Amino acid sequence: MQTTDYDRAKRARARNLRLWLALLLAPPALILIVFVFLPMASAVLYSLYDWDGLARKEFIGLDNFADILFNPNKNTILFNAFWNNVKVFVSLMIVQNGIALVLALLLARNPRGYRFYQVVFFLPVILSTVIIGFQWKLFLNPVFGLVNKALQYAGLSDWALPWLGLPETALPAMLLVNSWHWFGFPTLVFLAAIHRIPKDFIEAARLDGASEWRIAREIIWPLMAPAVTIIVVLTFIGSFNWFEIPYIMNGLEGSPQGSTDMLGLLFYRTAFGSVSAGGSDFGSGSALAVLMFIFIFVFSIIATKYLTSREVEMS
Amino acid sequence: MEKKRNAGFETWLMHIFLVSSAVVVLYPIFMMVMSGFKTNAEIFGAPFALPKSFNLDNYAVIWNTTDVSRYMLNSIIVTLISVIILLVTGTMAAYAISRYRFRGSIMVSLFFLAGLMLPLRLAIIPLFVQLKAMGLVDNLLGLIFIYTAMSLPSTVFILTGFLRALPSELEDSARVDGASELRIMVQIMVPLIMPAMVIAGIYNAVPIWNDFFFPLIFIQTPENKTLAQGLTSFFGEYSVNFGVLYAGLTLAALPLVVVFITQSKRFIAGMTAGAIK
Repeated sequence: MQTTDYDRAKRARARNLRLWLALLLAPPALILIVFVFLPMASAVLYSLYDWDGLARKEFIGLDNFADILFNPNKNTILFNAFWNNVKVFVSLMIVQNGIALVLALLLARNPRGYRFYQVVFFLPVILSTVIIGFQWKLFLNPVFGLVNKALQYAGLSDWALPWLGLPETALPAMLLVNSWHWFGFPTLVFLAAIHRIPKDFIEAARLDGASEWRIAREIIWPLMAPAVTIIVVLTFIGSFNWFEIPYIMNGLEGSPQGSTDMLGLLFYRTAFGSVSAGGSDFGSGSALAVLMFIFIFVFSIIATKYLTSREVEMS
Repeated sequence: MEKKRNAGFETWLMHIFLVSSAVVVLYPIFMMVMSGFKTNAEIFGAPFALPKSFNLDNYAVIWNTTDVSRYMLNSIIVTLISVIILLVTGTMAAYAISRYRFRGSIMVSLFFLAGLMLPLRLAIIPLFVQLKAMGLVDNLLGLIFIYTAMSLPSTVFILTGFLRALPSELEDSARVDGASELRIMVQIMVPLIMPAMVIAGIYNAVPIWNDFFFPLIFIQTPENKTLAQGLTSFFGEYSVNFGVLYAGLTLAALPLVVVFITQSKRFIAGMTAGAIK
């Protein structure tokens, strides 16, 4: 008699618990499904249809993909943009993350002004890309900008170029602006990783008379590998989604002469229309989005796998 | 002796490098702020000089001719409401995942984490169609839903980590005392993860506040524009008046910079939270 009561109570409790869990999980799951998973899945579906403005026409299989990849009028633009994204990734890895690594190694030695430098280096990171893009667009103005004024005052008038107007200098200028904006982020991520390395590792090496350079290369670098993995993957994702800086500084068309065109800009032009791309094309736009997603996803997984394999355990 | 001098030189080099890096960051910001007090004639004639006077004429132009206060209010509304919904729903999900064992719990946590890998801006076309159908285009509510959804995975990720680390004794003794699950969660566990909620909140609030991609696509009427987006139309309007433009940039940067300077430790911990295990 008592056991059945006990069983019933137990079952009721289990039922209540299930209800409680459902109540906890349903609202966040619903938001995520409606505003992330559903649109992502729809993008795949959209890419398989022909579109006329906002109206969906017939199912055309992979024709949109074939069109953007193999139509010679379109794929030169696509490959140009893709190649520019590759340049962005490589340059940011070297300049932005390279500077960050040096600064992190220096800050790890706990110099005077440690807190001050942390705050200063992180200051641009919190600012909107819109603010930073416009600020540097003003600085880089060929006639009135501070950069060229400074060059003139320094007697380097020949160097005072229209930086954003020349195909050779526009992208490098933007990459420097991007590095200025973001270098504080990898710096502090690297720094946190270095701080987690047990002090005695480094102290012991120092007592043995190892140089700072050798300590950095043979002890700190291998042990901060997890942070490097994360920064490489984040830089990759950021580089192939790069949109705000080129959009704000030189507009949707990637001018001059496509030198700052990016996949993100091309996607926007294809999806929502522009002077060069004509009206909006949801089919091709979605196909491009799906290709970008697959590329970013696959590369991130491979990079994470490869980079994680070189991480060593600290124990 | 030789070695000591060498170390001194290295330290010296280190300080030069650090100081010049700080100057490279601070000088452009300083010039932006100073130029905001100048007239066009001053900016073109004596670009590096200090302003003749710290008058607020440029700011008055912005205040009187643009809707900057409206943009700022919109940004505050969108960021604040998004973060509140985000923290409430994110805590709910993280709590269910981390404090209970149930069938399918791994699937559920994978479901939330999968969102970390999906760059939502690539789904902007279907999102646009969907929001149009829901009447959420040109509506702050649309932005709020997008930001909440976009930020949920990282919030769940950060909070799950903290919640898993809490010992179960507190919970168990409360349960023996007959406290309901809701009470255990709200009165015992949630207060313990407040620091983690601050971190997750900052981690997502800053990108939401700064975002201009989603407003660019979803917001059309001036009354609904956010600060970052409002800045773009402002730049089109005053493209020849550099002093006003610099003042506008300074004004747009001000709110977050003030909060950052006073809360820098929290901000740095918060914004690097996703990248530091």
